[in-house]
Amino acid sequence: MAASNTQSKEDTPTLPLLLIHRFPSFKLSFFPFLYTKYTVLDQHADPPQTRFADLSKSARLMLCVGPTPVTSADLDRYPAVECILGSCAGFDHFDLAACRRRGIRVTSSGEAFSDDVADYAVGLAIDVLRRVSAANRFVRTGSWPARKEYTLGSKVSGKRVGILGLGNIGWRVAKRFESFNCSIAYNSRKIKSQVPYPYYANVTNLASNSDILVICCALTDETYHVVNKDVLEKLGKTGIIINVGRGSLIDEKELVEFLIRGEIGGAGFDVFEHEPHVPKELLALDNVVLSPHKAVLTPESFAALEELVISNVDAFFSSKPLRAEIELD
Amino acid sequence: MLATLSRRAASQPSISLTCNSLSHIFITIQSIVTSHSHLSFFHHQSEMESIGVLMMCPMNNYLEQELDKRFNLFRYWTQPRRSEFLIQHAESIRAVVGNASAGADAELIDALPKLEIVSSFSVGLDKIDLIKCKGKGIRVTNTPDVLTDDVADLAIGLMLAVLRRISECDRYVRSGAWKHGDFKLTTKFSGKRVGIIGLGRIGLAIAKRAEAFDCSISYHSRSEKPNINYKYYGSIIELASNCDILVVACALTPETTHIVNREVIDALGPKGVLINIGRGPHVDEPELVSALVEGRLGGAGLDVFEKEPEVPEQLFGLDNVVLLPHVGSGTMETRKDMADLVLGNLEAHFANKPLLTPVV
Repeated sequence: MAASNTQSKEDTPTLPLLLIHRFPSFKLSFFPFLYTKYTVLDQHADPPQTRFADLSKSARLMLCVGPTPVTSADLDRYPAVECILGSCAGFDHFDLAACRRRGIRVTSSGEAFSDDVADYAVGLAIDVLRRVSAANRFVRTGSWPARKEYTLGSKVSGKRVGILGLGNIGWRVAKRFESFNCSIAYNSRKIKSQVPYPYYANVTNLASNSDILVICCALTDETYHVVNKDVLEKLGKTGIIINVGRGSLIDEKELVEFLIRGEIGGAGFDVFEHEPHVPKELLALDNVVLSPHKAVLTPESFAALEELVISNVDAFFSSKPLRAEIELD
Repeated sequence: MLATLSRRAASQPSISLTCNSLSHIFITIQSIVTSHSHLSFFHHQSEMESIGVLMMCPMNNYLEQELDKRFNLFRYWTQPRRSEFLIQHAESIRAVVGNASAGADAELIDALPKLEIVSSFSVGLDKIDLIKCKGKGIRVTNTPDVLTDDVADLAIGLMLAVLRRISECDRYVRSGAWKHGDFKLTTKFSGKRVGIIGLGRIGLAIAKRAEAFDCSISYHSRSEKPNINYKYYGSIIELASNCDILVVACALTPETTHIVNREVIDALGPKGVLINIGRGPHVDEPELVSALVEGRLGGAGLDVFEKEPEVPEQLFGLDNVVLLPHVGSGTMETRKDMADLVLGNLEAHFANKPLLTPVV
């Protein structure tokens, strides 16, 4: 014991310890840069780091890559962690209650991905209403010369857009749809001051007054299956739903039933409840657009994330304020 | 109970009396109104009903039904012997209804000596011989404004679909490939430089939408527009060199045919994206296809083609293109508005009233 203490004191790295928490397949392009400034502790490093188990116990800062879960058990293994830097827009993969108990600060990707996700939401909505992907299939299969006229779509401009979650992403979605002369309304935990859009405290009421329902709120215990049978009924036959949040925000089984029965106009999904599993009933429908959880995946988003993470690592070690910190109230 | 009954009994006759007299009055008024309006309707209608209207191709069921109700409708596409048909009905056809794929060329106009008006179910008039119409005093109308939003919406939809690979993603998920790996990175749309060829109604509507995505806007048109803050390029090559996304939104004229040629495509370059929601012949299609196949152009979103409905098959295998069957104005709402404009123009013309949307 004494010997090992002496040894670890001798070998204490000079650069600050930075613990990387990730699934083996998740990497970020700026890992090599981090190695030049910090003692990076990575369980999945290749070759393996022999002192990972030993040093990771003293790491005060964790960088969590993608939606890799951080459980209470993980925090037991890394008892010195004071701060977790997330790299996702959402934070449902963190055990936030455990973080709160231990006084651990948590950050998200902040605004790094917001433009891309908002763009994607609008792109999915136009695609569903104007049948872009379905029409593209129609042309590519050579059906145009034979059938001449393609099924008419529905207008985007002037539709009523209901936004679930008016955060970094939601207000960008609103701004974009406003340029299409769409009216905007929203639901969120609290009414936002300084926001000109009508607020609905109740998601069902928001759905009754919307043609396009865009889901871009965080997944929490309260928002799990926030889009349920009632909400879908209120959205109705001509309404469409766009999900760029998390799969479990929608009762997927119910939505699939509504789509099959034609009781809802259409849907655009970037996320699903059991990714990468996609309900097979959806694959045959022309009024749905399916995307493999990639609304954020552009080089520009990753560059913005890199800038945010590197500045936050630096801020943590120099005791400066963190950016994109999540309120753990 | 008794009281109620007796009251009811007592009041019954008076009610029925009121009812009777009221309904009598109502019927009388109704019959006057009906007979009167029926008379004028009949008069008006019989006059209209004898007017021969030639519809060039199937374009919209509602429009077809309404034309059939109001006029003596001829469906050109159902005629097996077209020249004989034209000779037979040359004296009665006074109007032609066309669209973006079939209008009124010189030959048709010459074959219809009684033609007074060509009402097009489209904004573009490139299938109509406008000079000939003008020379012969034939009126021409189109359907502007009502489809501006739809075309602009689709232009933005195509930009997003091409840059963010939405249609490719959809294909990827439907094929079941997601279970076996991750999808590649795509390109951000917000903040890109959008160059617009033709800053008319549609071009401006595209600019307004793209601005909400923090895109910078520049344009090319015959002349610089006053009171517009977007950067103007007199040369289309310069416009293409200075934008990431080039959109064709001008009218098709002899001057704008093949306005997007090899030089323009090369100026746009391997990271550039071309969006065409104008007309197929705006783009030199063989040059576009070879640029896409050789990777000299980053991608394309095409709603129109040179020889619709034929689409170059080399494009079918490419992931960086989105191909649509000319659906720029293809929404239920807009097609109804367009049909109402066609009907309104024809009725105005034959009632000697001012046309709603005259071009010639």
